[in-house]
Amino acid sequence: MSDNTNNRRISYRAALHDGLREALQQDPRVFLLGEDVGRYGGTYAVSRGLLDEFGPERIRDTPLSELAFVGIGIGAALGGMRPIVEVMTVNFSLLALDQIINTAAIYHHMSGGQFSVPLVIRMSTGAGRQVAAQHSNSFEGWYAHIPGIKILAPATIEDARYILAAALADPDPVLLFEHAALYNVEGELPANETVDIKSAKVRRKGTDVTLITYGGSLPKALQAAEAMAQDNISAEVLDLRVLRPLDTEAIVASVRKCHRAVVIDEGWRSGSLSAEVMARIMEQAFFDLDAPVARVCAEEVPIPYARHLEEAALPQPEKIVAAVKALLGERA
Amino acid sequence: MIEFKLPSLGADMDEGTLLEWLVKPGDEVKKGQIVAIVDTSKAAVDVECWQEGTVAGLLVAPQQKVPVGTVLALLLEAGESAADADKYKCEMLAKFSELAQPAAVAPVVAAAPAPTAVPLKKSALAGRRLITPVARKRALELNLDLDIVTGSGPRGAVTLEDVEQAVTKLAQGAAAPNNKQADRQADRQAEMRKAIAAAMSRSKREIPHYYLAEPIPMARALAWLAQENIQRPMAERLLPAVLLLKAVAQALRKYPELNGFYRDGAFQQAVRVNPGVAVSLRQGGLLAPALLDADRKNLAMLMQELGNLVKRTRTGSLKSSELSEATITVTNLGDQGVESVFGVIYPPQVALVGFGRIIDKAWVEGGQVKVQPIVVASLAADHRVSDGHRGALFLAELREQLQQPEALEKISDTNQESEPP
Amino acid sequence: MIAPPPSGPVPYARDFAHRLLTDMLRIRRMEEKSAELYGAGKIRGFLHLYIGEEAVAVGALHALQAEDNLVTTYREHGHALVRGMSMDVILAEMYGKREGCSLGRGGSMHLFDKRTRLFGGNAIVAGGLPVAAGLALADKIQKTSRITACFFGDGAVAEGAFHESMNLAALWQLPVLFCCENNLYAMGTALENSESQTDLCAKAASYRMPTIKVDGMDVVAVHEATRQAQARVRAGEGPLFIEYQTYRFRAHSMFDAELYRSKAEVEEWKTRGPVHTFTARLKQEGKLSEEEFLALDAQVNTEVAAAVAFAEAGTWEPVEHMLADVYTPAGSQP
Repeated sequence: MSDNTNNRRISYRAALHDGLREALQQDPRVFLLGEDVGRYGGTYAVSRGLLDEFGPERIRDTPLSELAFVGIGIGAALGGMRPIVEVMTVNFSLLALDQIINTAAIYHHMSGGQFSVPLVIRMSTGAGRQVAAQHSNSFEGWYAHIPGIKILAPATIEDARYILAAALADPDPVLLFEHAALYNVEGELPANETVDIKSAKVRRKGTDVTLITYGGSLPKALQAAEAMAQDNISAEVLDLRVLRPLDTEAIVASVRKCHRAVVIDEGWRSGSLSAEVMARIMEQAFFDLDAPVARVCAEEVPIPYARHLEEAALPQPEKIVAAVKALLGERA
Repeated sequence: MIEFKLPSLGADMDEGTLLEWLVKPGDEVKKGQIVAIVDTSKAAVDVECWQEGTVAGLLVAPQQKVPVGTVLALLLEAGESAADADKYKCEMLAKFSELAQPAAVAPVVAAAPAPTAVPLKKSALAGRRLITPVARKRALELNLDLDIVTGSGPRGAVTLEDVEQAVTKLAQGAAAPNNKQADRQADRQAEMRKAIAAAMSRSKREIPHYYLAEPIPMARALAWLAQENIQRPMAERLLPAVLLLKAVAQALRKYPELNGFYRDGAFQQAVRVNPGVAVSLRQGGLLAPALLDADRKNLAMLMQELGNLVKRTRTGSLKSSELSEATITVTNLGDQGVESVFGVIYPPQVALVGFGRIIDKAWVEGGQVKVQPIVVASLAADHRVSDGHRGALFLAELREQLQQPEALEKISDTNQESEPP
Repeated sequence: MIAPPPSGPVPYARDFAHRLLTDMLRIRRMEEKSAELYGAGKIRGFLHLYIGEEAVAVGALHALQAEDNLVTTYREHGHALVRGMSMDVILAEMYGKREGCSLGRGGSMHLFDKRTRLFGGNAIVAGGLPVAAGLALADKIQKTSRITACFFGDGAVAEGAFHESMNLAALWQLPVLFCCENNLYAMGTALENSESQTDLCAKAASYRMPTIKVDGMDVVAVHEATRQAQARVRAGEGPLFIEYQTYRFRAHSMFDAELYRSKAEVEEWKTRGPVHTFTARLKQEGKLSEEEFLALDAQVNTEVAAAVAFAEAGTWEPVEHMLADVYTPAGSQP
């Protein structure tokens, strides 16, 4: 089981917690602010126990004033601190959209490069827990539309553990999206790992098709790849990790190898991140394609509450397998 | 008997760790009473029991992690005894070992249709074959005629694998019959017939052929050949076919518009001169593998390669490049006894040179009738690319080449031309 | 501090007093059953229970007219029930069944009912306030006698939407009754940890809006205050802010670690539980006998059991319908 010197089994939630704690220990400029991060222990319990350890100056509960506390994070970052703002969920981040886009994202450029906003904004995202339309959005692809901010989507235990340090080291605003369905996932944490915030990562090697995905859809893509291996279909799974700037090189390299690609994204398809990934493949790997690029996205409907409908509305391993088989034609 | 199960305490809770029991066997439990504390991985939570009864047994020990729905304890209803609980427990265990996983709460969702399954109207497909970009690119590299490739991809598209397989099949198509696989052999022949049919139909459909013929005196060439062969060991002796091929290759250097491909409405001149040598197969059908760089090789080399090529064609061990890289086809039906042959161009090539049998004929030279060995050389060429005038000049050049056989032994002096990058 | 309940006997006839008690019991029993059903996996997602706060919905909604508009939050089972949605339909919605008010698409947090003019359980804090002001604007323009009651919690007062809506409603003198259910905690954050001004009425007053503060644990106090308030709004005096001081006995959603409040505090508030205090009061005043109470309770339990059976027997919306209703069909008039 667990080995103290080597890999350690840990949950995604605990990995985020450990990363957060380490950041607070290592840099006195770092502080956490957000709704229910302190006394409540964090909506997803990521910050549990930190109030006791670091005190209310550094673990600050905020009112339900998203626009203000995100903006305060921006100001504190400009003023020399390294704030981490937790917005409870991506759904509520819409209330802070103006500060994120009209202030954080533009500061450096519009000041002629004078000011930087070294701010990290964390939030949960995604559907799959039957919490209905207002709590099931996946807007990370939307945010990836905006120049001036960086968008991260840690999907693995090691990313959950180490990506925050990389985000804090970045001089610009970084938005970190934690898929709510991942918090309870457990896995091995490689010892002494570091992660960057510029590259996509191949999570499984394959030769017939590239499954391009990120975040909460990564486990589904891996499951689909596993299932297809039984049918002699070798799927490569590419975890984007960084949604902006996109690691186009990694995408193109994998597509050049496999000649087929399926993009899996929990966001809606129209005008989406999946569309952007597909466009880049068209631009840079068209002549390497052996089939149209396909995608498995959320159905274009507000996410329904009833379990069977929610499942049907979201990408699922079976849908991914079906999409791949459609690309393989008679071979499948 | 009441089963007290681990309730689901949150949208994201699938399992929980029992931290503490607040009741023990024998205790009366009231509705709504908190009976246990469970760690949901987010927090320790008081768990209440919604039914009334007497605790008969605690089935899960503290620190045990169990999935939601696991029976944590059994409660006796009014009138039940501890013996009932034991019996119930035995039955439960038996049932558990019999059954697979419990049924899911929600109905199973049928897999949604594949996202690419957008039905296209037939008319949209008609007139244009679906060929994937990478398949098209590869076919171009291999000079493979995509018309002969059957598509297996989505909506019948020709895929990379289809192209690779088609080339391999063509290369193996010539293989000697394999005793144990007679059926496969028949299939292969049928496929080859199909491929020839497709290519020749396309040729006659698309290529406006013109035909020219020229009888060529062979006395000098054959005399030179006889002389040459005296000095050579049996195995290295040259055949007239090699002289003819070399002469074609040399002539093509002067008339490059006959050497290359017609694609996408334009002629692409080939840099290399790779005459494809039509080889008929014993089991039927034919292949025209390329004699690569025929203009740059001496006769001995060509002879050796030709022998090798024919042998490998008939045993089915050609390389795919040999099948795809021919820039013109040369067919020689002299062995079969015909005097001349007018061939069908193999697309996307733009010309075919045919030779008949070398026959002694009455030949007038310098006002005198002499008996001379004569071969009729013919040219079938693509009128989109060249005209009869240039074709005629090519045949004249071919004739002249064959009048100076010693020059054919030399390697082309224009071979310093640069290769494409 | 919360003011003590108005002194004197319950000012209602027996029937109406029983109605108030029955409705509080209906909410209480329905929600206790919901909690159980959640544990059994029949109800999923978030489930925010109203237990402890029943007097507010019951007292307030009985003071409104049937034609009035109602906008609520994600803790709205009680409001929907008192407003006239059947328990069957509510539970079916929580089950995600097609027989639910929203065909099972919304679940616990999103009860909608056009018939009773319930414009939804909104799960975005303060999300309902601007909508309520808009509904009221429509009524003002159309000169109806309708008012809009908008329920929200104390957490909402921190949102910009609260202040922006308050200002506009007052500026334009819109017929909105802003009903703030102050249960002291925005999820896990106590009012004093999130507000510089914890007197919520003072915030509304700063927009020059009349305010009322009332004991939300006392159904009589709630009803009386709301009756007066709605009459003023209906009379064209503009918006009014009413603060119900109340307390939720259970977790924010199905569970939380309750690190933010002590068990003693919860127990203390439970002694003021609206159901048992009102029951005791009626009995004391001779307006309710033990037999009558048992009969009421039995009747409510029967209703709950029937509602569970109804939800159990419900059907699932077919997956093929999934993309329906994303847009209103062409030609239909909303």
